Amino acid sequence: MAEAQTIPVGSTTAGQIAVAAESTVATRMSAPPSFDVADFPVPHGREEEWRFTPLERLRGLHDGTAVATGEGLKVEIQAPEGVTVETVGRDDARLGKAGTPADRIAAQAYSAFEKAGVVTVPKETVLTEPIRIAVHGEGGTAYAHQVIELGAFAEAVVVIDHTGDAVLAANVDYLLGDGAKLTVVSVQDWDDKAVHVAQHNALVGRDASFKSVVVTFGGDLVRLHPRVSYAGTGGEAELLGLYFTDKGQHQEHRLLVDHNTPHCKSNVVYKGALQGDDAHAVWIGDVLIEAKAEGTDTYEMNRNLVLTDGARVDSVPNLEIETGEIVGAGHASATGRFDDEQLFYLMARGIPADEARRLVVRGFFAELVQQIGVDDIEQRLLVKIDEELEASV
Amino acid sequence: MATLEIRDLHVTVEVENGTKEILKGVDLTVKQGETHAIMGPNGSGKSTLAYSLAGHPKYTITGGTVTLDGEDVLEMSVDERARAGLFLAMQYPVEVPGVSVSNFLRTSATAIRGEAPKLRTWVKEVKEAMERLNIDPSFAERNVNEGFSGGEKKRHEILQLELLKPKVAVLDETDSGLDVDALRVVSEGVNRVRETGEVGTLLITHYTRILRYIKPDHVHVFSGGRIVESGGAELADKLEEEGYEAYTKGGVSA
Repeated sequence: MAEAQTIPVGSTTAGQIAVAAESTVATRMSAPPSFDVADFPVPHGREEEWRFTPLERLRGLHDGTAVATGEGLKVEIQAPEGVTVETVGRDDARLGKAGTPADRIAAQAYSAFEKAGVVTVPKETVLTEPIRIAVHGEGGTAYAHQVIELGAFAEAVVVIDHTGDAVLAANVDYLLGDGAKLTVVSVQDWDDKAVHVAQHNALVGRDASFKSVVVTFGGDLVRLHPRVSYAGTGGEAELLGLYFTDKGQHQEHRLLVDHNTPHCKSNVVYKGALQGDDAHAVWIGDVLIEAKAEGTDTYEMNRNLVLTDGARVDSVPNLEIETGEIVGAGHASATGRFDDEQLFYLMARGIPADEARRLVVRGFFAELVQQIGVDDIEQRLLVKIDEELEASV
Repeated sequence: MATLEIRDLHVTVEVENGTKEILKGVDLTVKQGETHAIMGPNGSGKSTLAYSLAGHPKYTITGGTVTLDGEDVLEMSVDERARAGLFLAMQYPVEVPGVSVSNFLRTSATAIRGEAPKLRTWVKEVKEAMERLNIDPSFAERNVNEGFSGGEKKRHEILQLELLKPKVAVLDETDSGLDVDALRVVSEGVNRVRETGEVGTLLITHYTRILRYIKPDHVHVFSGGRIVESGGAELADKLEEEGYEAYTKGGVSA
C-alpha cells in the first residue's frame, strides 16, 4: 500500500513498511523515553530524531543553555461552566500520565517547568462551547506543561492559539476517559522569530475518540511531536495537520501512533504548502502496531504542495507491524509542485496568476479543512490561507 | 468583426545546444466566422504556433506581430490574451490536482466574462453543455483533467470552448488520440460553436480525418516553420491522397 513519489528539486520522500519482531521506532531514538533531561545526550544533529532540525536555531532549548525568563509568555484560558481550570505544582499526580518525553527537549521542558496548567472536564459533561487557551509570547523563554483531562463520556473542543514571539518548549497531555470525545485544535500562528518545540501526548480511553488538528503557519522554527497511545480497546484517533511553510521557516511535524491495544483505529492526514527560498517542512509519520494490537485499523498520509523553487520537503512515513491479525494498515506520501504548466493552463482560461495559485492551494487544503468540524476555525483557516498566499506570492 | 492577424511571426525555443528557430515567418489572417485548417507533418511547428499565440513562456517571439482587432496580442500576458478572446484547446491538457472541474469552469467564466455568472443560469448552462458532449455529471466534482482518459480530456476542452465563447479558437490536435465516436462528439461541439458565426477557428491537425466532420473554409500546409501552401477544402483532399512528402522534400526546411 505504500505510495511514494518524488520530485526532482528540493524534496525527499522515503517510506517503509517494516515487519519486525521488535520495534525500531523505539530503537531508532538515541535514548529511551524519560522524564529526566540528564538521560538524553545533547544532540549534535546526526541522530535520527534530529537530523532534519537546524539545531543552531533552537536558541539553546536542546543543550540546556536556554534559561526561562519567568515572564514574556502569557497564557489565558477561557472555559465554559462546569470546566475546572487549575494551576498546580510539579508533584501533581495528573502530570506526565499520558506519555513520557521522547527526546531531549521534551525532557528539558519536563525537567524545567515550575507550574503546570490542568483543565478538567468532569465525566458526562458535554460542552457546547470550546475551551479556548491563548498562549501569547512577549519575547520570553519558557518551559511549560499543560494537562487536559476528560472524564468518562465527556465531550469537548479545545482551541489552543499560539501568537507573538517566544522561545517555548512544552509538553501537552490529553487524558481521555472511557467513551470521551475530545477535539483539540492547536494553531501555531507565531511571529517570524518564535521557536516552539512541543510534545503532545494523548492517552485514549476505551471507546474514546481523539481528534487532533495541528495548524502551523508561523514561527522561525516549529517542531511538534504529537503522540497517541491507547488505554483500552475501541479507541479512535484522528490526527489532522495543515502547514504553510514560508521563506526561511522550518516546520517539523513528527507523529507516533502506538497501537498498543487491540481493536483501535487511527487515521493521520497532514497536508502542507511551501513557498519561498529555504522554506523547509519535515513530516515524520511513525505508526507502530504492537504484537498484541490485533484488529488494528490505521492509515496515514502526507501530501505536500511546493509552490516555488527553493523550498524543501522531507516526508518519511514509517509503518511497523508486529502482528498480521489486523483490519488494515497503509501509508502514503506524495510531494507535488504547482508548476508552470498548471499555471499556464489556468491562465490560458483567463484566470490571473495570483488567483490561479489561490485556486490550487485552496483546493489542496479544502478537503482537510472540511474535516475539522469546528465552524469558526474552518473559516479562520481559509482566510489565513489566503493571507499567506497574498503575503509572499 | 474580430480578426486575428499574424504577420511574419518568428519564434525560437531553448534546446540543449542553444537556441532553435521553430517558426520562420508565419503569415495568417483568421476572421470571425471563418475556419482555417493548418495541416503539416510532425515537427513542422504547428503546435509551436498554437502555444505562441496563447503566450506559453517556453517560446520566445523574435520577430513579427500578432494582433486581435488591432490590439497587440504579444504584449499581453497569458490571462489577458484569454480575456481578449483567444482560446487554445490543448493537445495535452494539464492536470490540476485539488481544483474541481465545476470550480475551475466557474472561476474561468467569471474571469472571461468580467463578472460571476448568475448561479442558477450557470448551473443550467453547464449541465446542458455537458449533456451535449456526453460528459457524465459526476465530472463536475472531479479534479481538472486528473485521471481523465484522452477522450475525456478533449471533451473537457471543447466544453470550455462552448462555455467561454472566444472570438478566436485555436484547436491544437484536438482529434489526436480519439476514436471515431469521440471524434464525432467533439466535432459536433466545435461545429455548434462555429455555427454561431461568432468565432474564428484555427484547426491544427496532422490528419485529414477530422475535416470530414469540420469543414474548413481555408486549408494551409505548414512545413519548416511556415505556411508553404494555402487553398480551399480541396487542398485537404490532395493531402489525403499524396501525404506531406511533396512539402518535406525539396529544401523547404532549409
